[in-house]
Amino acid sequence: MPYQLLRFALSAKHPEAPMFRAPERLRDSYDAVIIGAGGHGLASAYYLARDHGMTRVAVLERGYIGGGNTGRNTTIIRSNYLTPEGVAFYDESVRLWQDLSQDFDLNLFYSTRGHFTLAHTDSAVRTMRWRAEVNKHLGVDSELVGPEAVKEAAPQIDLSCGGHAPILGALYHAPGAIARHDAVAWGYGRGASQRGVEIHQRTEVTGIDVQRGKVRGVQTSRGYVSTPRVLSAVAGFTPRVCHMVGLRTPLYIHPLQAMVTEPQKPWLDPILVSGSLHVYVSQSARGELVMGASLDPYELHSTRSTLDFTEGLAAHMLDMFPFLSHARVNRQWAGMADMTPDFAPIMGTTGVEGFYLDAGWGTWGFKATPVSGKTMSWTVANGRDHDLIKPFNLSRFSRYELTGEKGAASVGH
Amino acid sequence: MKILTCPVNGPRPVSEFVYGGEVRPMPDPANTSDFDWADYVFNRSGIPGVKVEWWYHLASGTWFLAERDTVADRVLRTWLPGEEHP
Repeated sequence: MPYQLLRFALSAKHPEAPMFRAPERLRDSYDAVIIGAGGHGLASAYYLARDHGMTRVAVLERGYIGGGNTGRNTTIIRSNYLTPEGVAFYDESVRLWQDLSQDFDLNLFYSTRGHFTLAHTDSAVRTMRWRAEVNKHLGVDSELVGPEAVKEAAPQIDLSCGGHAPILGALYHAPGAIARHDAVAWGYGRGASQRGVEIHQRTEVTGIDVQRGKVRGVQTSRGYVSTPRVLSAVAGFTPRVCHMVGLRTPLYIHPLQAMVTEPQKPWLDPILVSGSLHVYVSQSARGELVMGASLDPYELHSTRSTLDFTEGLAAHMLDMFPFLSHARVNRQWAGMADMTPDFAPIMGTTGVEGFYLDAGWGTWGFKATPVSGKTMSWTVANGRDHDLIKPFNLSRFSRYELTGEKGAASVGH
Repeated sequence: MKILTCPVNGPRPVSEFVYGGEVRPMPDPANTSDFDWADYVFNRSGIPGVKVEWWYHLASGTWFLAERDTVADRVLRTWLPGEEHP
């Protein structure tokens, strides 16, 4: 065998170690248990270990790493929100995203594309102008542009959208980006695992032991573990986990569907969103068009797909890009979105001591993965809410202090 | 296409219907604390199961009740408000 080849066989660096350690058994106790090995849960574990020195941490996952909404979203990252608290939060997230690949030593395919929210009516143009001005005031890179700017960024677009929804302008957000979503979970998972955090896949939490208003441990499908701190980061399963500790929430679960086409050569650079046509679309590094629409119209705890969705979304895609009539749809799927009445998350401490929530991420959670991990790990380590997430505490509803983020949802819900 | 049975118009495609949310008893606004009122206004039983829900048939303007399994997405029965639970 040539030496060139043999030296790889002899090198300790090859083959590369698995990304995650797979500990065989659960310990009897941990300093913290995180439920859910998606982006948010693993990011929290990563920052708990890296920034707060907490490494006796277990991440429990009933399925597999990144198999929930982390692997089911359409990977759009932006910060053109409407409220000061929303902008401060998502802006920090965009900043963290930009050097995450370096941080992980893993290519996340973070790609800044520019994000257009299309306006098809006069009133939508007025709303976009208002959003642009609010954004500028809050220091976000955002502006109102005319249809010619949309045409320049995406020359294949039919500006009249089949004649029934002409594009009159757009809100343009230059930092808008996409990233490879699985790699985000893997990067955080590997970083946490290297620092001593245990990730237990196929381990379902079946109960939470609360005594005198304080968390004592969790019951799992593989036995009981005691812990004083539990962080729930389980998206569509949040109401079930909250039910285990007797908490009521305003969350309601609707499926959100998405689909991709077969890979095409690169032709669509920007991210395009149309509230009127219920479409958001970008082209991934692999060449697939990644497309989503609005929520399914009623409560459902399921990730089934429907033909209605494919037909509706395809029709609207053809309004924008008639030449796609020959494109084939490769995959279709759904995630369970945990929606809140004010389109802002529910984060931080709760009425149960030691029980922390990172929930209410509905249709907007992927972009917030890094900053959620940072602020939730701080919150779990210190036992009180981080400044950035104070407006998002569950108690805001009983005080009637909702946030005003609804207008910033990218597609009408 | 999913089919829902309107108690007046019979089986119709689900696109003709609007979901009106789970049936929830309203506390008396005059005698309720702000805290309990907020619980009624905002909080939901988000856990899956068989629920009684309001549904609206758009084409005929009919509000009715449906018992539905929110995991399997199966409608077990539908009836008009005020009617005997069939």
